[in-house]
Amino acid sequence: MPLLEVDNLEIAIAMRGQLLPVVRGISFSVDEGETLGIVGESGCGKSLTSLAIMGLLDGTPVRITGGDIRFEGQDLRQLNRRERRAIMGSRMAMIFQEPMTSLNPVYRIGDQIVENLRQHQKISQKAARARAIELLELVRIPEPQQRVDSYPHQMSGGQRQRVMIAMALSCDPKLLIADEPTTALDVTVQKEVLDLMADLQERMGTAIVLISHDLGVIAETCDKVAVMYRGKIAEAAPTDDLFARLAHPYTRGLLNSIPVVDRDVEWLEAIPGRVPGIDEDIEGCAFHPRCPRAQDICRRNEPKQHRIGNEHTSHCHFAEEAAP
Amino acid sequence: MFAYTIKRLLTLIPTLLAASVLVFLFVHLIPGDPASILLGDTATPEEVAALTKELGLDKPLIVQYFYWLIQVVQGDFGRSLFFGAPVLSVIANGAQTSILLALMTMVWIVIFGIPIGVLSASYQGRWVDQLTSGGAMLFASVPTFWLGLYLILIFAVWLGWLPSSGFPAIDGVGALGHLRYLLLPSLTLAAPNAALIIRLVRASMLDVSREDHVRTARAKGLHPSRVAIKHIFRNALIAVAAAFGFTFAALVSEAVVTETVFSLPGIGQLVVQSILRRDYPVIQGVILVIVVLYAVVNLLVDLAYARLDPRVSLQ
Ligand SMILES: Nc1ncnc2c1ncn2[C@@H]1O[C@H](COP(=O)(O)OP(=O)(O)O)[C@@H](O)[C@H]1O
Ligand SMILES: [Mg+2]
Repeated sequence: MPLLEVDNLEIAIAMRGQLLPVVRGISFSVDEGETLGIVGESGCGKSLTSLAIMGLLDGTPVRITGGDIRFEGQDLRQLNRRERRAIMGSRMAMIFQEPMTSLNPVYRIGDQIVENLRQHQKISQKAARARAIELLELVRIPEPQQRVDSYPHQMSGGQRQRVMIAMALSCDPKLLIADEPTTALDVTVQKEVLDLMADLQERMGTAIVLISHDLGVIAETCDKVAVMYRGKIAEAAPTDDLFARLAHPYTRGLLNSIPVVDRDVEWLEAIPGRVPGIDEDIEGCAFHPRCPRAQDICRRNEPKQHRIGNEHTSHCHFAEEAAP
Repeated sequence: MFAYTIKRLLTLIPTLLAASVLVFLFVHLIPGDPASILLGDTATPEEVAALTKELGLDKPLIVQYFYWLIQVVQGDFGRSLFFGAPVLSVIANGAQTSILLALMTMVWIVIFGIPIGVLSASYQGRWVDQLTSGGAMLFASVPTFWLGLYLILIFAVWLGWLPSSGFPAIDGVGALGHLRYLLLPSLTLAAPNAALIIRLVRASMLDVSREDHVRTARAKGLHPSRVAIKHIFRNALIAVAAAFGFTFAALVSEAVVTETVFSLPGIGQLVVQSILRRDYPVIQGVILVIVVLYAVVNLLVDLAYARLDPRVSLQ
């Protein structure tokens, strides 16, 4: 049984009295200790997917409109709020894209880690603090004894993201969801944080869902990859298989755009055009207006799933021939 | 923090000097002279001239100013022209009432303003919020004198539950019972300010609740009430603390109206009547005291601010 199983998940945003679909039926699974990469341009629904899994959509106009999320065999959508909270921060944890603003500026970082620990474990204040120092050491914060009493504003972005990682791992979660954890960081720091995550995963056996718009980041760290475009999975495969044989023009486009280092680009240069807005309707394949290989059939029919290899699937009419 | 406090108090000196010049000039620019007001309509010009000389009001303004300043520096604010008593004891008399009124008002502002604001934010858009926001809007825009008169009409005249005016001197016996006299005035004074605090607490809690760190707090699996108090309200307090400085300034000016409506022998009344009597030393004394109070309140607000927000460093 996989640790996490997402089955035909649909998410929509309530806007002007309408429900606009954003995630249109996606499925994937993650085994214990495995790393799944979800990649796609910004706006394709990656963050909403991760928030839905984590259970953080309450109080937003975003709703889950269909599908199942199973975690450790439990159907998360059937749990009540209290049961759901018992999982959040303990067996499933999350880190976010914005390290500069993801910590509460008025509390010491140690206390913020302690808060997570004491929410889920019967542990004294003193023991929790000692554990917080250990965790800071684990994420390679220098002088953890002193830094435990620092406030977030006294740390750099990279350090804050390490603190977030320490906090997320404090209760030894089975699954860590990392939504663009390095996007806001400098390139060198980016690599350090990714290495740290890979290292910790090896030691602790945590499964990771790593979300990124950068296929390069995914390629280095993930066991398998799901490529998302406009709320759907365009192509999914174990990382090696994917790069051995690209079966979707969108994946190829992403690959060609890796050298774009400027993290502020909203769209990727190698793919012409832009991601369609959520209120735009597109007939046929959602990618066809930007696809260099689009044919008549792409404009008319939505592609079905094609199986290229054992675990390799693609939603492209020309999946079998889309290779290099 | 101690060094900072000392530094702030030292910077108060030039402020006070400037204020004293302004107050002195302003007071002496009020038309009409104290001697003729003191002596009444029947006084002869000779009598008025004699009293003017006696009070030292015939000297050039600048001489009068320095004469006054030197005494003030020594802690002597002079004597009231009207009462004949030392200015400080006249002020102390009125301060009794005003300080009690201010404290009671602050208590109302805190116990109504903050919880209702939190409630309003927590139920954003629902009927609780609409009711409290609407009420807050109403009370924020109602003039103090109007509200005071209506409260008197309802609770003193119709229901007869509370006294409509006055405040007996505190003599130790049944002093707590005297607080009844301050109930209506303090509620009157608190209403518009509590309404402002409600709106501020609500707005800043809604601002904070959209911040990323609140999502982090929820991702820890914390109970929503803990998120609301420890993460949203706690951070919203930073903005609310800053507003208390303004609230104090508003209180001072509204207190004048309230004390008049309820005939309370407080500082506000004292200012108004001293101006009518051209009681220069008292006006000058009161205003200097208010300036000092204002500076102290703002210092306290800044200290609170620094305590609430670790990113603020006192310099
Ligand atoms: N709270 C929200 N209200 C309205 N629209 C939203 C909200 N959150 C996300 N969206 C929209 O949903 C789409 C998918 O967003 P997201 O999942 O954040 O994309 P990604 O993480 O892949 O960049 C985007 O078009 C975004 O503008
Ligand atoms: Mg995102």
